[in-house]
Parts: sequence; C-alpha cells; structure tokens
Amino acid sequence: MLASQLQAQHQLRWLSHTDPRVNMLAAGVFALVAVLSHQLSALVLLLVIALLLNGLAGTRWRSVGKRLLAFETFMLLLVLLLPFSISGQTWFSLWGMTASIEGAKQALAIILRGNAVVLTLLALLAIREPINLGYGAAALGFSPKLIHLFMMTVRYIQVLGEEFARLRNAMKARAFAPASNWHTWRSYGWMMGMLLVRSMERAQRIVDAMRCRGFDGSLYLNQQLQWRRKDSIALALLLLLSLLPLGLQLFLEH
Amino acid sequence: MAHIPEGVVSAPVLIAGGVVAVAALCYAVKKLDYSKIPHAAVLAACFFVASLVAVPAGPSSVHLLLNGLMGLLLGWTAVPAIVVALALQAVFFGFGGPLVLGVNAVNMALPALLAAGLIRPVLASAVQAQQRRQIYLLGGAAGLIGVAGTGTMVCLSLVVSSAAYTSAAKIIAITYLPLAMVEMLVTATVVGFIAKVAPEMLLQAQTEPLAEEQTNAEVL
Repeated sequence: MLASQLQAQHQLRWLSHTDPRVNMLAAGVFALVAVLSHQLSALVLLLVIALLLNGLAGTRWRSVGKRLLAFETFMLLLVLLLPFSISGQTWFSLWGMTASIEGAKQALAIILRGNAVVLTLLALLAIREPINLGYGAAALGFSPKLIHLFMMTVRYIQVLGEEFARLRNAMKARAFAPASNWHTWRSYGWMMGMLLVRSMERAQRIVDAMRCRGFDGSLYLNQQLQWRRKDSIALALLLLLSLLPLGLQLFLEH
Repeated sequence: MAHIPEGVVSAPVLIAGGVVAVAALCYAVKKLDYSKIPHAAVLAACFFVASLVAVPAGPSSVHLLLNGLMGLLLGWTAVPAIVVALALQAVFFGFGGPLVLGVNAVNMALPALLAAGLIRPVLASAVQAQQRRQIYLLGGAAGLIGVAGTGTMVCLSLVVSSAAYTSAAKIIAITYLPLAMVEMLVTATVVGFIAKVAPEMLLQAQTEPLAEEQTNAEVL
C-alpha cells in the first residue's frame, strides 16, 4: 500500500539516473531561488521551469495533480484571505470587505511559489528511490546516525504499512465502519497502540538479530556513489535553469 | 494543516526555524545511541503510517499528528524521527518543502519535547502505581499538548512572517480544534492500551540504564 505511494510509478527517463546529490543540490537551490523571487514574472518563469522539469523527468500528470491537491487547502485558506487583509488599491468588495490588488498579487505570488517548489521536488526527488536519496545525503555529509535512521525508517514504513493494512483488514472483517463516534476513536487508538507495541517488539528483534551478526555500532552503506562527468554537466544545467528566474528578476529591476 | 508550504513564511522565520531545528537535531542525534536507532526508526515509521489514517471527526476527517505520543515514547529521539518523517512527507507527498522543513520540524518537535518533559515522569509513576484514570488523563494531556502546541506554533510562524496572515491564522487555529479533540481521545486510548499491554514502553525513562546493562551483559 505504502510502497506504491512512496515510489509513485512514473515512466522515468531523465534525472533518475544522475547521482542523487545532483538532484538534492538542484532541489535545494531551486527552493532558495523560489524564496528569493518576488516578481510575478520571475515566479511564472519558475513554475514553467518546474513543469519543464516534470516533463523531462517523465512524471505522470495524474500524480502531479494529486500532489498539488494535497497541499492546496492550506494555500487556499491563506490566499483567499490575503487580498482582504492587505490594504491597497481596491480590486472588488464583498460583504463590506474590500479586496486589494496588492493583496491579490501577493496571494498569486505565494501560489506560484508553493506550486513551483512542490513540482520541482516531485521532478527531482520523488522519482528517486528513497534509499538512493539516503546514499546521496550520506555523501553530502549528513550525520551517519541520521542516515541510518532515515534508511531504516524508509524500510519499516513499508513493513509497518503492510502490518497496518492487516490490522485494518481484521477490523473490516469484524464489520468496523469508521464514523464520528467514541467507538471509532477508541478502536483506532487500540489499533495504533497495537501497531506501536508490535513495532517495539520488532525493533527489539532487529537489534538482537543485528547483534548476532556482529553489530559493533556502525552500519555500512553497501554502495559507493561515483561522481561522473555527466553528473557535473547535469548539475550545471539544472543550476543554470534554476537561476534563470533570479536573472529575470534582476534584469527587470534595473 | 501542520505542514506549512514552501514560500509562505518570511526569511527571518525560515532562518530561525532552520537554526533551532539544526541545533535540536544535532543535540538529539548526539544523544541517540546506535543500538536505539532501530527503535527510533520503527517508531518513526509507525507514526508515519498512523498519520496517514483519516480519522472521522464530525462532518470531515482529520489526520493525526501524534507528536505528543512520539514525545512520550521517544523523548529527545522524537526530534530526528520527526525530521525524517517530515523530510519523507515533503519529498514524496509534497507537504512542506526543503527550506521550510526546519520551521515545520520545530513546530512539531517542540510540543513533542514539551510533552516528554511535562508528562513522561508523571506518567511513569502513574503506570507504576497502576492508576488507570491518571494514565488516560495524562495520555490525553500529551495529545492535547502536541496538537495545541503545534497549532500555536504554526499560527505564530504565520503571524510573525506577515501581519497579513493574521485572519488566515485564526481560521487555521479553529481547524485545529476538532483535531485536538480527536487526538486527545486517541492518544489517551493508545497510552491506556500500552500501559496495559507493554507498560515497559512507558517506563523507559527510569528503567533504561538497567535494561541496557542487562542486554549488554547478555551479548557479552
């Protein structure tokens, strides 16, 4: 259930064969550019580039849409109220409140920026295997403990997802239908408690098994990343692409 | 609603969140023992999975945060567990983003640490004394601290970023009310369940050194 959610099925072409560090660095720079851009034209360019990256990466439009829907509620809340809470030139009035053009512009900027970042993360990072990203993060110098925690978490999300589905099925088999009542909340509480208790037992078994195999406090990554020439080229291209909006912004300001 | 999207909060808030998150993460990772990593990972995964469940609340449904419970069970280890879970959610589900990760992590982790600091010791003694009522109440309190803390922090990050977000922050605060209620009930049940089935999970703070010695002795 979760494996498919974590590794959305895409027809991967580009960007999934580069060194994961390329994708991670490019995503970071892209997010930075997004935060630094405030001109609408620059943000539109940013969104276009994000869409372009998705095209290059070969992500499916359906999963793109799903992702965007997921965070749009928060955005809508912020954005619908912004025109009314920022004072400026009147755009229209509704129930005695006036919406300002400045506010609408700022709201539009936020929408463009947020969507661009989410799309870029999809094109650059979500198409990669989570484990691969872990290798990338390790090569980028993150603390080994954190990397191990990340790797094991990714692994156990899958395992516990299956366990969870089993518990859920058992509840369904007993005619459990979630509704807004005390019975549901208590049952979910018990189910999560059960999941936690079983997880803890599992964790203890893992530690024991690891000790049996001579665990001495450090784990080894079984893959060495090799930085190749084409990675440098890909990174350079991606950085160039992501810096374009900033260039446009500077150009327009002067 | 606990994940602030990228590009919403202002640069000072982003930087402050990042600095606090990195500092807390460094401290927590330093404290984290290698032999505890599987426990932390399994619990982080467990919370990740549990937070995907849509729990009905009134006419709509909510996704639990479970950060109060995480604090109770993991203590400081909750910080890296939350960061890892948030990073995965940002990358694979599009909640939040790379730069706002620090702010989101602080918003989730500080209430978890608060719950750990306030509730954990009291809960341990309640579990030892087998005071059922007390255990449920403390579990509910941890859930409430988690959600109320995160809700407050999210609203604060918005309001501090720009005064224009004030009205949106108020509405977001209201959306936290049903979540707080459901989370309180569910957390209370989870804690009550664990206290019955595996009380040692809640007693960790006191028995940890002993258990550690024992297992080491067994291995050696």
